[in-house]
Amino acid sequence: MNIIIEGIREAFRLIFTLDKEVFDVVFLSLRVSLISLFMAGTLGVPLGIFIAKHSFFMKDFLMRIIYTLMGMPPVLCGLVVYIVFMRRGPLGSLKLNYTVTVMIIAQTLLILPIIIGLTVNGARDKERRIKALAKTLGADTFQTLKLFIYELRYSIITALVSGFSRGISEVGAVMIVGGNIEGKTRVMTTYISQLKGMGQFERAVAVGIILLILSFIMNTILYNFQKEKSC
Amino acid sequence: MKRVGIGLAVCMLMLCACSKPQEAKVPSETRVSTEAKDAGELILATTTSTKDSGLLDAILPVFEEATGYSVSVISVGSGEAMKMGENGEADVLLVHSPAAEKAFVEEGHADEDGRKDVMYNDFILVGPKDDPAGVGAEWANDAVGAFKAISEKQSPFISRSDESGTHKKELAIWEKCAIEPSGDWYIQAGTGMGAVLEMANEKLAYTLSDRATWLNLGLDEDLTILCEKDESGILYNQYGVICVNPEKNENINHEGAKEFQNWILSEETQKLIGEYGTETYGAPLFTPNAQ
Repeated sequence: MNIIIEGIREAFRLIFTLDKEVFDVVFLSLRVSLISLFMAGTLGVPLGIFIAKHSFFMKDFLMRIIYTLMGMPPVLCGLVVYIVFMRRGPLGSLKLNYTVTVMIIAQTLLILPIIIGLTVNGARDKERRIKALAKTLGADTFQTLKLFIYELRYSIITALVSGFSRGISEVGAVMIVGGNIEGKTRVMTTYISQLKGMGQFERAVAVGIILLILSFIMNTILYNFQKEKSC
Repeated sequence: MKRVGIGLAVCMLMLCACSKPQEAKVPSETRVSTEAKDAGELILATTTSTKDSGLLDAILPVFEEATGYSVSVISVGSGEAMKMGENGEADVLLVHSPAAEKAFVEEGHADEDGRKDVMYNDFILVGPKDDPAGVGAEWANDAVGAFKAISEKQSPFISRSDESGTHKKELAIWEKCAIEPSGDWYIQAGTGMGAVLEMANEKLAYTLSDRATWLNLGLDEDLTILCEKDESGILYNQYGVICVNPEKNENINHEGAKEFQNWILSEETQKLIGEYGTETYGAPLFTPNAQ
């Protein structure tokens, strides 16, 4: 119990003294997860809408695969990406392992199924109505997409929030592909895991608390955005 | 629903029961009786190297068979293992960080016997075969010279940076060189030995490793040992066994810890340790040196 109380105290100390090591780690965490979220969002939302709009052969099967991938363990995702970018792997010549780029790739792949899955799911009962609306408005493809995004905004925001939470909180993928290198690929979750390994429980709890506070702030921002839009 | 639950529970129990005999891989000649006594659980906190090298898997079943204890091995860095001892979360420690161990005993975290030597293996400097810093040619038996050459050439070097025994050894060597490594070439990974060697293999970088983990990983296609057997003894890696002070809390299994300590220091076990690895690697991984 003491460790947790000390951890809370340490967290505030780290925040108010602007501890450089911790802040570097925090910013990298945010950078990796936000860029991944942006990439997965730009790819996943249109893809989700496309899947929702059209009915095609094996659609149910595809959706089952996407739902399965939504629950893919991050370590597995990390492992696959690592193998692809290994020196002996198919894309080894790019020399991307242990860089921020490959961490973003791994997290994007991890978040993408969540964005697609939740977007499709949100459109389930609405897609016919929206399609009819688009038709009466005489909208072209791009305008239809915009209409879909507007009509599905709540589901999309939920998808984005879930995706971000998944990215910022996972440790398995970034640990494998990033390697937790100080000042380069160290993010909050891998740092916590390392601090635990060094027996520095108070600092580990402190970083964990900062992680939770950040998640809280991000969630507040995104949900506020949702509220404003609905007015 | 209830029936399904009970059915599942029964299945789980059966699975557990079935898997037991396979877990204990005991050489047939040491299997005295199949009816093992049940003397309770013993928590052994140890470094990753004893576990990753396969040594514990090879010798622990003998102890469990003889005494009836079931040993839970928590393999972490030496720093964390000692922290576990300090917090009374472990019963007995098998670690390799002599200076820190000495402090641990002095602070009263050990029982009255303190720490005892068990065995040693050695550290090696591994690096890419083309050896850009020219370590192998000039400094094959001089760790300090090798480290100096690497820092001068600014060749990529991966540090464990996790306060493990290996990391502390690395820092001790840098200190002897009077160099404070920093810069892009000095990569602070903050992970275990296996992961760091894997990283060195990917990045074609230098790193300090214990011999056992190196041999176990088999990364010798691109990497090779460039510096070993330093005459000053700085690459020497001594393991000690410590029973945690039983006064820490009432859950500490001191009796079991004592039995483990006596067992690992006994002549038969020391012989087992000395033989481990000869079959697979052609050379023993650890040299027993209990007194």
